[in-house]
Amino acid sequence: MDKKSDYRLASTFDRKIVVQALVDSVKKLNPKTLVRNPVMFVVEVVALISTYIVIREIAIGRESLFNIQITLWLWITVLFANFAEAIAEGRGKAQAEALRKARSETTARRIEDGKETKVNALDLKKGDIVVCEAGDVIPVDGVVIEGIASVDESAITGESAPVIRESGEERSAVTGGTRVLSDRIVVRVTAEPGGTFMDKIIGLVEGAKRQKTPNEIALTILLSALTIVFLLAVSTFPAFMMYSGKASGISVRPYITLPILASLLVCLIPTTIGGLLSAIGISGMDRLIRKNVIATSGRAAEAAGDVDVLLLDKTGTITLGNRMASDFVPAPGIPVERLADAAQLSSVADETPEGRSIVVLAKEKYGMRAKKVRDVGATFIPFSAQTKMSGVEIPATDGLGPRSIRKGSGEAIKKYVTELGKNFPQSVQKNLEEIARAGSTPLVVVENGDVLGIVQLKDIVKGGIKERFAQLRKMGIKTVMITGDNALTAAAIAAEAGVDDFIAEAKPEDKLGRIRAEQASGHLVGMIGDGTNDAPALAQADVGIAMNSGTQAAREAGNMVDLDSNPTKLIEVVETGKKLLMTRGALTTFSIANDVSKYFAIIPAMTAALYAFGKPVGPLAALNIMHLGSPQSAILSAVIFNAIIIILLVPLALKGVKYRPVGASAVLRRNLLIYGLGGLVAPFIGIKLIDMLINALKIV
Amino acid sequence: MLIATFGIFGMRDVLQIGVFLIALIVLTPLLGSFMAKALNGERNFLTPIFGGLERSFYRICRIDPEQEMDWKEYLLAVIAFSLVGLVVLWLLQVTQAYLPLNPQHLPNVSWDLAFNTAVSFMTNTNWQSYAGETTLSYFVQMAGLTVHNFVSAAAGMAVLLALVRGITRKSKEGLGNFWADLVRMTLYVLLPLSVILTLVLVGQGTVQTLSGYAHATTLEGQKQVIAVGPAASQIAIKQLGTNGGGFFNANSAHPFENPTPLTNFLELLSIILIASASVYMYGKMVGSTREGWVIWGVMLSVFCIMLTFSLYSEYSFHPPYVTAPSMEGKETRFGNTNSILWEVTTTVTSNGSVNSMHDSLTPLSGMVGIVDMMFGEVIFGGIGSGLASMLLFVLLTVFIAGLMVGRTPEYLGKKIEAYEVKMSVIGVLAPGAAILIFTAIASITKVGLSSLGNNGPHGLSEILYAFTSGAANNGSAFAGLNANTVFYNVTLGIDMLIGRFVPIAAYLSVAGSLAKKKAVPPSAGTFPTDSTLFGVLLVGVIIIVAALTFFPVLALGPIVEHFLMLAGKTF
Repeated sequence: MDKKSDYRLASTFDRKIVVQALVDSVKKLNPKTLVRNPVMFVVEVVALISTYIVIREIAIGRESLFNIQITLWLWITVLFANFAEAIAEGRGKAQAEALRKARSETTARRIEDGKETKVNALDLKKGDIVVCEAGDVIPVDGVVIEGIASVDESAITGESAPVIRESGEERSAVTGGTRVLSDRIVVRVTAEPGGTFMDKIIGLVEGAKRQKTPNEIALTILLSALTIVFLLAVSTFPAFMMYSGKASGISVRPYITLPILASLLVCLIPTTIGGLLSAIGISGMDRLIRKNVIATSGRAAEAAGDVDVLLLDKTGTITLGNRMASDFVPAPGIPVERLADAAQLSSVADETPEGRSIVVLAKEKYGMRAKKVRDVGATFIPFSAQTKMSGVEIPATDGLGPRSIRKGSGEAIKKYVTELGKNFPQSVQKNLEEIARAGSTPLVVVENGDVLGIVQLKDIVKGGIKERFAQLRKMGIKTVMITGDNALTAAAIAAEAGVDDFIAEAKPEDKLGRIRAEQASGHLVGMIGDGTNDAPALAQADVGIAMNSGTQAAREAGNMVDLDSNPTKLIEVVETGKKLLMTRGALTTFSIANDVSKYFAIIPAMTAALYAFGKPVGPLAALNIMHLGSPQSAILSAVIFNAIIIILLVPLALKGVKYRPVGASAVLRRNLLIYGLGGLVAPFIGIKLIDMLINALKIV
Repeated sequence: MLIATFGIFGMRDVLQIGVFLIALIVLTPLLGSFMAKALNGERNFLTPIFGGLERSFYRICRIDPEQEMDWKEYLLAVIAFSLVGLVVLWLLQVTQAYLPLNPQHLPNVSWDLAFNTAVSFMTNTNWQSYAGETTLSYFVQMAGLTVHNFVSAAAGMAVLLALVRGITRKSKEGLGNFWADLVRMTLYVLLPLSVILTLVLVGQGTVQTLSGYAHATTLEGQKQVIAVGPAASQIAIKQLGTNGGGFFNANSAHPFENPTPLTNFLELLSIILIASASVYMYGKMVGSTREGWVIWGVMLSVFCIMLTFSLYSEYSFHPPYVTAPSMEGKETRFGNTNSILWEVTTTVTSNGSVNSMHDSLTPLSGMVGIVDMMFGEVIFGGIGSGLASMLLFVLLTVFIAGLMVGRTPEYLGKKIEAYEVKMSVIGVLAPGAAILIFTAIASITKVGLSSLGNNGPHGLSEILYAFTSGAANNGSAFAGLNANTVFYNVTLGIDMLIGRFVPIAAYLSVAGSLAKKKAVPPSAGTFPTDSTLFGVLLVGVIIIVAALTFFPVLALGPIVEHFLMLAGKTF
């Protein structure tokens, strides 16, 4: 975890949030809201019944300290569960508060019929035109229709480096709440009031619109069913007790009071997972937000854990954004220095990263300093789509003849050379093919029609990406690289990066087609994209992450937005999804395993008097394997343990269980050992300790 | 605590259990692969013999065996078929005095007993509130009970086949044709095996006659009436079809039902054979015998755990008894080990036949029988229904385990979602709910308590055993309880219906939902269900679910009885 998120995690427990959560946990006692959580709702109902009994006992002056304490702890159980949910919501609420404040104070400069009026940002409608200058806060989401500006988007991304926004296809989307740092842009509003990206973020981080995800619903059904079973087991138990009481000639009434039965029930039903379930869900979303990814629904976060095919754009994700010159391959009879010199000359004025890399390579390899070619009156021929070449014309100087240098793809240069009536050497043609096969892009350099050789441009695979893909493979996730390169180049890079599959010469519709094909054979597909042409694929993917730097269309189409616009984020998103599901599974197992110890605490306490036939205790006292002090202390300890385990596990619920990219069996074995076996053993120790404390304090 | 004196448990006992297990392991894949073929409607070596008969059945009944039913149609067919069977069997009993083949001139059966018996045989339970030889005519036994012994077992297999199709089919609605499944199971599996077993039994001396009671004069000159009848044919299917309803009241402890050690061995093996083979068949049908063997391994493991526990308790020396093991309630012809082996086998499967009286087992050994049934008959279990219930447990285990590996859960490529979880828990938990509720009612009401033969914790165990046996569609009894009262006949009848039809509805609805789904191809991130680890987890889930549901009532029944016995007090 990096420093930034560490700092944010620490803030989870800051004082303001805790105080707010405490208040909220009382508010959440409202049965109308609690009924969404069937397990805790049952606890509240039995707590109410116990309260009624305690009040009645006090009224007739026969209060029992034991019953009062039991009732208290039943309420505490509900409050602890509420607190877990409230604290999970707390962090998001604080963040939303700040965002909302910033929004409501913004005024916008709306342009109507060429006239500028100041209006509140909240009054803007879709289609309005606003203007923003240096220092202005962009009032709502929109697209730049005129101008270029640097924008500080730290309000939503936390990233302080400014980004460029300009009219056109690629970088035109602006987000409400961000600040223009320089220049002036005209923006067309694209969001309805209340429906802006910022509004969505506020809603999401607050958790206000949180709906249960499909898997959460399924788990809730399982937990409810367990609750019903235990309700039956507990409610039929008095009958068996009465039968046994009659058979052993005693009255069992003191052992089957409602507070005792309530204790047994609450200890058995899965309160641990029931209490923490929604906290786990909220914190899953929160973990994404901390990674600067906004999921538009919990469903998407959950699906991320299931993704087993990732479509990754080659450029930017697998390779560094641009090709870099890596070698000069001269034609026969040409000294490599001459080739390097000509290549450098032709690239001096070329501001593309590729061009710059050629200049740098010539300098590093052959010590050639970029010449001040402008001084000698050179003319640059920029790259054009027609010729597919760029170059330079240098007039004759110092006894040297005029130089006409061109560089371009093999095809283009061949055509150019042939038109000049010269020939294209066979060996260069061979080299061209070799370089292409190795996954690089060749650029041929000619001077005055003579082929000098080839500049090899190489895709640089990002450091550590191969290991990353190996991890993914272990997790059972297939990676597919998408590139516009030809098949040869694509295969070479795929091999170097270690992806499982690739699509070469991909057109936008190929992405969509591949996603559909994978889905049809049952896979869940995740992809990350930015351009407008990615929008259909993003919408089709099960997890579509749009980069925040991307177009508005892409952002709308995906179900997540990556504020950092970092393509490798997809991998972290998948891990977060898995963590979310694992935490649910682990705590469910823990919760159920806990029940064994509770039976051994409460059943002997309730039944020890049966079949005693005059002796101080009956035969079932043998089940008291923890040697708990007294029946009352045994029951109370079980109830107390059951309540405080919820609060003890809140950090785990918020942080999530540790995920390691190893195979499914290894993960299961580990989690079973920790949460299954641990869940079996831990409460035996916990209950015993609490019982010792209770007996030392003599509170029952 | 138990004082072990295992000296008496010797090599001979180990050998008896060993031979049984080896025979089971050898026969399971043989019969299993045959069943996979025959029940799929494929050509097999019996087709030349029964193929024509099968086709003429379809022609006469106007059934198109290729016509697919969706889950609702399938369920409707099962219920309609069962309901008609129930009514006919009830009518046969209440009118048996007017019907043929009643040489003893037995009177009509009372309405409640007839209801109980009809439900019992229709649901493959074979709980008997009556003594067969003195209550039912040969006609009712043959035309009523034996017929149900066949078709109730075949219906159980049919719903399993539907569930398997739900798991294996992709994006489909249909689950097969109930009538075709019913006919194939009866013709190709149950009938041939029953014929063979009947002949062997008759050869060994099991009674098979249509004449009335035999009258004999003993050496002391006493007149003795000896009940006989067409027993062998009913016994064969009662064992093979996990029915368990004896021709005679003493069931397989009776020398006319179970005359020799060989018949004992064969009858024991028949109890479990088809259920065991169907697990192998399942592996074949889903395309991975490993999947089948892991489930089979889980069943065998739990079987062995329960067997060991029961044997340990029986062979331990307990203060009130002078000798260990106790021979009370057991056949000297078979001895203790064979009695316990039979006890565990008959209770894990939903068979319910007995060769010793379970009422006389040690408290913990008796509890083994109860707990076996509380598992929900998933350890081998009844024909078809046993594995089907086990598959519901598999789905629930997959759900929990799948979450723990960080994927929304899937089984054999099918996503397990809210609907499957809902239906699975209903199917798994409904019988348990019925057991608890009925036992609770019976243990505090006069009508419930007046039938008790014993008091104290043993009385509670008797009631618990009865309702557990009913809900698990097992049919064995703790005896001691006079179940032929209106109260018990009716409550046990309802208990059996819940135990049979709620799970069946669950299997079929789950099957319907799964069949519609696409299959997710497996990857390294998929949780493997053909691993030992999964097997261990499944064993854990089965034991924990049963233990958590029933621990309180077991504590007040067999467990406290055990402690009291150690203290020298018996009931």
